[in-house]
Amino acid sequence: MEPFTTLTAVATPFYRSNVDTDVIIPAEHLKTISRTGLGRYCFKTVRYDENGNLRNSSPFDRPPYDKGKVLIAGPNFGCGSSREHAVWALMDLGYRCVIAPSFADIFFGNAIKNGLLLITMPEKEIQELLKKATGREFTVDLEAQTVKAPDGKVTEFEIDAFRKERLLGGLDEIGLTLQDEKAITVFEERDKMARPWLYA
Amino acid sequence: MAGKTLYDKIYDAHIVADRGGADALLYIDRQLVHEVTSPQAFEGLRLAGRRMRRTDATLAMLDHNVPTTPRTEPITDPMSKQQVEALMANAEEFGVQLYDMLDVRQGIVHVVGPEQGFTQPGLTMVCGDSHTSTHGAFGTLAFGIGTSEVEHVMATQTLVVKRAKNMRVTVEGELPPGITAKDMALAIIGRVGTAGGTGCVIEYAGEAVRSLSMEGRMTLCNMAIESGARAGLVAPDETTFEYIKGRPFAPKGGQWDVAVDHWKTLYTDEDAEFDIDITLQAAEIEPQVTWGTSPEDVLPISAVVPDPATISDKAKQAAAEKSLDYMGLRPGMKIADVSVDHVFIGSCTNARIEDLRAAADVLRGRTIAPNIKLAMVVPGSGLVRDQAEAEGLDEIFINAGFEWREPGCSMCLGMNPDKVPAQGRCASTSNRNFVGRQGPGARTHLVSPAMAAAAAIAGRFTDVRELMAKEPA
Ligand code: SF4
Repeated sequence: MEPFTTLTAVATPFYRSNVDTDVIIPAEHLKTISRTGLGRYCFKTVRYDENGNLRNSSPFDRPPYDKGKVLIAGPNFGCGSSREHAVWALMDLGYRCVIAPSFADIFFGNAIKNGLLLITMPEKEIQELLKKATGREFTVDLEAQTVKAPDGKVTEFEIDAFRKERLLGGLDEIGLTLQDEKAITVFEERDKMARPWLYA
Repeated sequence: MAGKTLYDKIYDAHIVADRGGADALLYIDRQLVHEVTSPQAFEGLRLAGRRMRRTDATLAMLDHNVPTTPRTEPITDPMSKQQVEALMANAEEFGVQLYDMLDVRQGIVHVVGPEQGFTQPGLTMVCGDSHTSTHGAFGTLAFGIGTSEVEHVMATQTLVVKRAKNMRVTVEGELPPGITAKDMALAIIGRVGTAGGTGCVIEYAGEAVRSLSMEGRMTLCNMAIESGARAGLVAPDETTFEYIKGRPFAPKGGQWDVAVDHWKTLYTDEDAEFDIDITLQAAEIEPQVTWGTSPEDVLPISAVVPDPATISDKAKQAAAEKSLDYMGLRPGMKIADVSVDHVFIGSCTNARIEDLRAAADVLRGRTIAPNIKLAMVVPGSGLVRDQAEAEGLDEIFINAGFEWREPGCSMCLGMNPDKVPAQGRCASTSNRNFVGRQGPGARTHLVSPAMAAAAAIAGRFTDVRELMAKEPA
C-alpha cells in the first residue's frame, strides 16, 4: 500500500447527498477479478448519458477537474453496498482523498485499507471549500492534519491515531494483525473447549 | 454496573486484542464467500504466500452472477463466467467447501447459511456483502465487509472492528392480518431513515418481532443495513433453536444441549442502556410500497406520491425531485394508481419458503394482468426450490403466468441476464431501489411478496388485503 503523506492537487466539487456505491461504480462493472481498471466506469451515470456522451452537468473529465485528486463531496458519501470496488474505482480515477460532512461506515473502512484518505468536516467548512474548488490546487497534509485551500486558508481536521499511522506508513493490515498471532491461537484453544461444535 | 446489551455481550466475547479507542481485534467465527467480492482476496493471499487459517469456518457459493435459466446451459456472459470459474478454482486451491451451480444446496449466501445451520446464535459472522446483516435474525453478530477484510479474515480469522453504538427498535403489539415482516422492515426504515442507524447495531425487539418466524426475522435483519446500521439482531429463543435443530452444521448429540444453554445467555440485560431507542406500534403498519430511489422513500399503499415542494430540507428536496423524475411519478398521484410491468419475487430478503407460500396464496386461482411483461420467481436456494415444488407452489406460479427459475440473486441487482429494461417498472421483493439497481434506467418499487403478487394480478399496486377479500375471478 502506498503511504499517504501530503497531496497537492486540484479538488473536484461534487456535492450531493447520499451518493451510493451504485453511483460510484454500477453493479454491471463489478465482474472483475482484479483491483485495477475500474476508473473508466467510476461515476459512469454522472459522467455519461445513455448514448455514452459526456454530460454537461458532470464535473469530471474536463479541465481543470480531469486532474482532480481530491473530491469534495456531500453527506453520507459511499452509502449502499459493501463493494470495495467503489474505493478501487475512485482511486483508479485518480482520487486519493475525499472530504465530506459524513461517510457511510463500510465505505469508510474500505477506504483506509486501500490508502484512500477520508476527511470528515462540518458542513460549513465543506461549503467554504466548495467555493474555492475552482481549479487551483489544494494541499492535504496528513501529518499536520490540515487542508490548505488555494487562497492559503488552512483548515484542520481530525483523524484517529491508528488510522493516521497506517496511512502514513502504508501498512498492510494483515501483517499488523499477524503480530498478534499468539493471542489468536490462545483464543482458539480456549474457544475449542467452550464451543467444540464450531470446530471441524 | 449497568447491564449489557446483546450486541455488547457478543462483541466482548470475541475480543482477541484491544486496538485502542473503540477498536478491537475480534475473532470471526464464520465467513461466507461468494464469487463477486472474493477473487481479489484470494489473489491477495496468493501474492503474499498466505494460507487460509480456517477452511472449516468458511463456506463458499455461487450466487450473484449465476443465470436462473436451466443449469445445464453454459454461462454466456464472459465476465460472469470468469468470476464463477475463479471461485471454483480458488475453493479447490485453498480447500474451501463450495456449493457449485449444480449442487442442490446452492443459493443466495444469506439464504443458504441459515438453511445449512451454518448460522448460529452468538457467532461473529462476515461475508463480502452488505446484507450479511440477515443472519442477525439468529442473534448472530453478522455484518458485511469489503474485499480487503475478506482477505484479512481468510488469513487471520480476525478483524479489527469498531464497537458500534446500541440502538433498539421495538415494535409493540401484534401485526394486523396481512401485514408481513417486509412491511415492518420498510416501515422502520421510513421512520429511521437510511442514515438513522449509522454507527449502530440495531436490536429488534417487542412482541411483533418475537412473534415472527425465523424467515420473518431474517427479512427484518436483512434490511437493517438500509437504515444505515452495521448489523441487526434479534435475541435467540425457542423459535431460533427449533429452526437450527437437525440442520447439517448444527451441534450434534450432547453438544446440542451445551450449545442451547450457551445460546440462552444471549439477550439484552434489563438494565442495559441503548444510545437510541425507538418504538413503533405494529397496529399502525400498513402494506408498504417505496416510491423513490432510496428505501426510506416509502409509504403505505393508501398514500399518495409526496410533493417535493413541501420538503423544507434543501438537499432532501432536490433528492426527492430527482427521484420522482427518475421514477417517472408525479406528486399527488395515488400509489395505488401506479401500474407496473415487471414483478420480481426473490432475493435474500424474500426468497425463502414462507415468502413463496405467501405469494402463492395470493396467486392461487388467479392470473397476472395483461400489462405485465415479465413476472418471475427466483427461489433463494435449491432446497427452497425443491420444497416449493414438493408443495406444488411452482404450478401455482406458472399457472398464474409467472416464470419459475433456478436460485440466485438474479433481478435483485441485475448482474446476470435478469434485468428490468430502462423505464421498466418493477414491483420487487428485494431490498434496494437505487438508481439502476435492477438494470440501467430501471424503476424499482420495494414491496412484500404478497404485495408483489397482488401487483402482478392487478397490473398496478393494490392493497393485498382488499384483493384477498374478493374471490378469485
Ligand atoms: S439477493 Fe441481492 S441483496 Fe441479497 S446477496 Fe444477492 S445481490 Fe445482495
